[in-house]
Amino acid sequence: MKQAAFLALLSHWRHRPLQLVTLILGITLATALWSGVQAINAEARASYARAASILEQNGLPQLLPRDGGSIPTAVFAKLRRAGWSVSPVIEGDYRFGPVRIRLIGVDPLTLPNEGPAFPISGSSEFVDFVHGGGQLVVSPATAVRLKDVAAMPLKVSGDIPDDAAFTDIGVADRLLNRRGALSRIVMAPEQRPDLPALETVAPELTRQSAGDRPDVARLTDSFHLNLTAFGFLAFVVGLFIVYSATGLAFEQRRATFRTLRSLGVSLRSLTAMLIIEITSFAFVSGLMGVVIGYFVASALLPGVAATLRGLYGASVPGALSLRPEWWLAGMAMAVAGTALSSVQSLWQVRRMPILTAAQPRAWARASATALQLQSLAGAILLGLAISMAWAGSGLASGFAVLGGLLLGSALLLPAFLSKSLQLAEGRSRKALTVWFWADTRLQLPGLSLALMALLLALAANIGVGTMVSSFRLTFLGWLDQRLAAELYVTARDEDEAARLRDWLPQHSNAVLPIWSIEGNILGDQLQIFGVADDSTYRDHWPLIGGTAGVWDRVAEGQGALVNEQLWRGKGVQPGQTITLPGEWPVAVVGVYSDYGNPRGQVIVGLDALVRHYPNVPKLRYGIRVDPAAAADLKRQIVQEFGLPGSNVVEQDSLKRQSRAVFEQTFAVTGALNVLTLAVAGFAMFASLLTLSGIRLPQLAPVWAMGLRRRDLALLEIARTLALWLATFVAAIPVGLALAWVLLAIVNVEAFGWKLPMTIFPADWLRLGAVALVAAVLSVLLPVRRLATVNPADLLRVFANER
Amino acid sequence: MNARFAAVALAALSTVALGPAKTDAQGFAGLGSNAQGFAVPERGFTLSFPKDHGPHSGFRIEWWYVTANLQAEGGRRFGAQWTLFRSALAPGEGQGWSTPQIWIGHAAVTTAERHYVAERLGRGGVGQAGIVADPFEAWIDDWQMKAIGPAGNDQLGRIDLRASGKDFSYRMTLTANGPVVLQGDQGYSVKSSSGQASYYYSQPFYEVQGTITLDGEPVTVTGKAWLDREWSSQPLASNQTGWDWFSLHLASGEKLMAFRLRDTGGGFVSANWISADGRTNPLSSQDVLLEPLRTAQVNGRDIPVAWRVRIPSKGLDVTTRPLNDNAWMNTYTPYWEGPISFEGSMSGEGYLEMTGY
Repeated sequence: MKQAAFLALLSHWRHRPLQLVTLILGITLATALWSGVQAINAEARASYARAASILEQNGLPQLLPRDGGSIPTAVFAKLRRAGWSVSPVIEGDYRFGPVRIRLIGVDPLTLPNEGPAFPISGSSEFVDFVHGGGQLVVSPATAVRLKDVAAMPLKVSGDIPDDAAFTDIGVADRLLNRRGALSRIVMAPEQRPDLPALETVAPELTRQSAGDRPDVARLTDSFHLNLTAFGFLAFVVGLFIVYSATGLAFEQRRATFRTLRSLGVSLRSLTAMLIIEITSFAFVSGLMGVVIGYFVASALLPGVAATLRGLYGASVPGALSLRPEWWLAGMAMAVAGTALSSVQSLWQVRRMPILTAAQPRAWARASATALQLQSLAGAILLGLAISMAWAGSGLASGFAVLGGLLLGSALLLPAFLSKSLQLAEGRSRKALTVWFWADTRLQLPGLSLALMALLLALAANIGVGTMVSSFRLTFLGWLDQRLAAELYVTARDEDEAARLRDWLPQHSNAVLPIWSIEGNILGDQLQIFGVADDSTYRDHWPLIGGTAGVWDRVAEGQGALVNEQLWRGKGVQPGQTITLPGEWPVAVVGVYSDYGNPRGQVIVGLDALVRHYPNVPKLRYGIRVDPAAAADLKRQIVQEFGLPGSNVVEQDSLKRQSRAVFEQTFAVTGALNVLTLAVAGFAMFASLLTLSGIRLPQLAPVWAMGLRRRDLALLEIARTLALWLATFVAAIPVGLALAWVLLAIVNVEAFGWKLPMTIFPADWLRLGAVALVAAVLSVLLPVRRLATVNPADLLRVFANER
Repeated sequence: MNARFAAVALAALSTVALGPAKTDAQGFAGLGSNAQGFAVPERGFTLSFPKDHGPHSGFRIEWWYVTANLQAEGGRRFGAQWTLFRSALAPGEGQGWSTPQIWIGHAAVTTAERHYVAERLGRGGVGQAGIVADPFEAWIDDWQMKAIGPAGNDQLGRIDLRASGKDFSYRMTLTANGPVVLQGDQGYSVKSSSGQASYYYSQPFYEVQGTITLDGEPVTVTGKAWLDREWSSQPLASNQTGWDWFSLHLASGEKLMAFRLRDTGGGFVSANWISADGRTNPLSSQDVLLEPLRTAQVNGRDIPVAWRVRIPSKGLDVTTRPLNDNAWMNTYTPYWEGPISFEGSMSGEGYLEMTGY
């Protein structure tokens, strides 16, 4: 009996395959986007953790110089001779031709056993590593890039992150020209108990305990939060689809339920059957969703990797590995989401009196009270969002504002549409028009979820699109200002740099050294640049705040400029004094914008930089020259010095590269936008399909009064378009508000810079057109059904029994 | 899978090391590999001190090797080892971190119940490890062997020795009551019939006073110690797989150094009978009979821990017994090194080192 009853329930889906497809597709899409995004996040996080453990040995406590400079080798020897179990590290960026690599020099002889597994083993590998010309241990991808440019043996290891190379400390010392200046010292976690105190042996060092989170993970948090928000948005939209599909299926099976109950199936077993049914669907679709999610993630990951590299310098491999955490999370989300969206329908089944007329009603019709409550909730959320935007701080608060804004607007949408329809109805004179508006309003409760989904997708598109376009405009303008020199030259060593310094002035209008060191400023490892006193900077460098005579004071060595990130992140104000490494107090005289850089930065006068840090590498130069002569000069430099062409870069190609990085950065955002919109379009389709099935009772009387089925179909299209238009109009202010939140709140928190907002109405039109196509597509199938509905079906509405 | 494992390599390249008994054409542990670029010991070269107490960076391998037989007041016996190996990846000093000189320290304390071992690694050129000949100081990390005698005397006449590891540490003063002894032919010690050799001298006449701390408990000890100094570039023939080496303090005040290098054939035996006043009497294969009596399972290998040593020309016929069968140096290059005592025609104590098992 139970089996027969269950088969009877299931037979519904055989008769309505499209509904089945909708339901499964809904769960699948929702799960796919969600788990795809999760997969990307999981991969990236795993990669940070790997990088941190291998590159920074962050599982081990470390000793760092108090003044942010370097540690003399003698201090290391002193610690060892005092019994400390410590190991030295020399690291820095090194350029092999055009390829820039993070070089990490370690001493395998003293590296603590407790640290990360070291990628060499065996005696001959050890000798290769330590001895002779040295060896670079790199990832497979880095090995490919270095193959022709590094004149050193490469050893490939899967444990090493991209764009980094492990090497012996002796090799790093030589390549980076450190002369024994150590970057840091790592400590074995267990030390002898009777050691002399650090303050006595090496008072110039300070201890940093193990397990501090890697910088890059902290930096990229915002980016991943962003992705998660996108994934969640898509998931919610997908759940709307599931909600309408299950609602319809339950509604249409009311007769079956009644029959089964009358035949003696208990309410409990009926409910159990339905739960088993829906859970199985959830499992199957969830599984499909996770699989599709894997492919979505694989397709997006290279873009994400490019973004992370471009924005944060974080290295994430472009290939995805299967991780149980997001498989499980994806399945759990699929089941939980399905349960959430079908709980209302299940509840109705339980409450249904056994012998009630199995009369279908518009299944999700909300009462006027419900609409009012929903609007009230929406208004409260909007109010909260506004007050948080006003008073809140921090990235979490930024996202709370985003959430409140989107959800509040979505909840207010039905009320907004209802009011608009009432308004239109009031202005109509013809009976058919009045019926049209009234009937549209009647459908609103059934469509409102799909329309809310559409609103969210449209608003997200407008908001994110506005942000990206604003960013692009600002960034490109800023690039033009910032990359003022026509040529950028990098010498291979200090001797060559000295010869360049002699040679270049006679062949160009100005030579601008670009020299920098890294050091600890206000607790972070930051870059300090020196700039020459040149009109290039005075005229072009984009300052967003400063005191009078900024450039004079910088040139005199009296003042420093900080970038926007440092200004916002550490609250460094012009007029304030900061201490640079080596106990060098300097007054902050201005703030400059520095897009595309996640870290703080300081600029001081070139002479002052060299005076305080005589060992600063003097390899890079910007060259001012007549733009027409730039290519010639490049040829000359290459010939004269035998420099590889890649060491002399023209402004054009640098800008091109920067733009390419930028475009890649937002490629993922664009892809996610399109996917979200697609899901929203599908939600619309699912809702219209649902409604078309249950609306015959409302249409039959109109048909009976003489309206042709074709006209009914046309009115259906007009209705969809009207709703689409109203939703789109509502989406514009919501989208702009979203863009503002992204630019003025989230961006500042996430990246440390603020962007001017620019509005791009042409983009909205394009988006509107896409959404229009989606709306028309979604209504086509239901309309075709309506236009060809069998008159007998319409007549049956008037029969007693249906 | 660890760097340290690799570092063993060093030890392997360098010294005492005994890799697996199966060896290829480089002898065991690479010690038979050829000496390209490195200096080679030459017969007739005159060692001069204190200069030759210091390192010889032109040679591939070198060691400063102290073993001590000690006793606490109640009669409890101990063995102690302090070794610093130098292993060069290339000849010469090099600069700073780029030096090819690798240093390896081994320290051990042996009791009848337990064998304590520690190992330290470091490279030369940066101050972490090294040797200064005058005033003599050898160190790696906080381990050291340092001259404390009055300046001008023999640098090794009186030295301070200290080392520590997990659960143990020691500090002792070694005072020589006899001269430095040149092994082989005036310090030129032949290691195979095909002519491999090393420079080798010893100071076997140390009296020891010091403190050993085991698991936090200090014990005052006295006894005898023996210092070996040896350097070379290719000390073994390519078919030699390991060695058994004895240093014996005879109750008469005489000393005996004897070793057997094992190879695919009959092996190569050499010894030196040292009189109580330091005169040497080199002995050859015909004079010395070394015969394993008992093997023990140590770390999964069969190690001959008891021996019969006979030198008929000196009337010596003794049986040696280890203080602890398990004197296994579980270092990156593992070997057996422990205190022994012997009885028979004469009695006394000493040290036994066995490599390549």
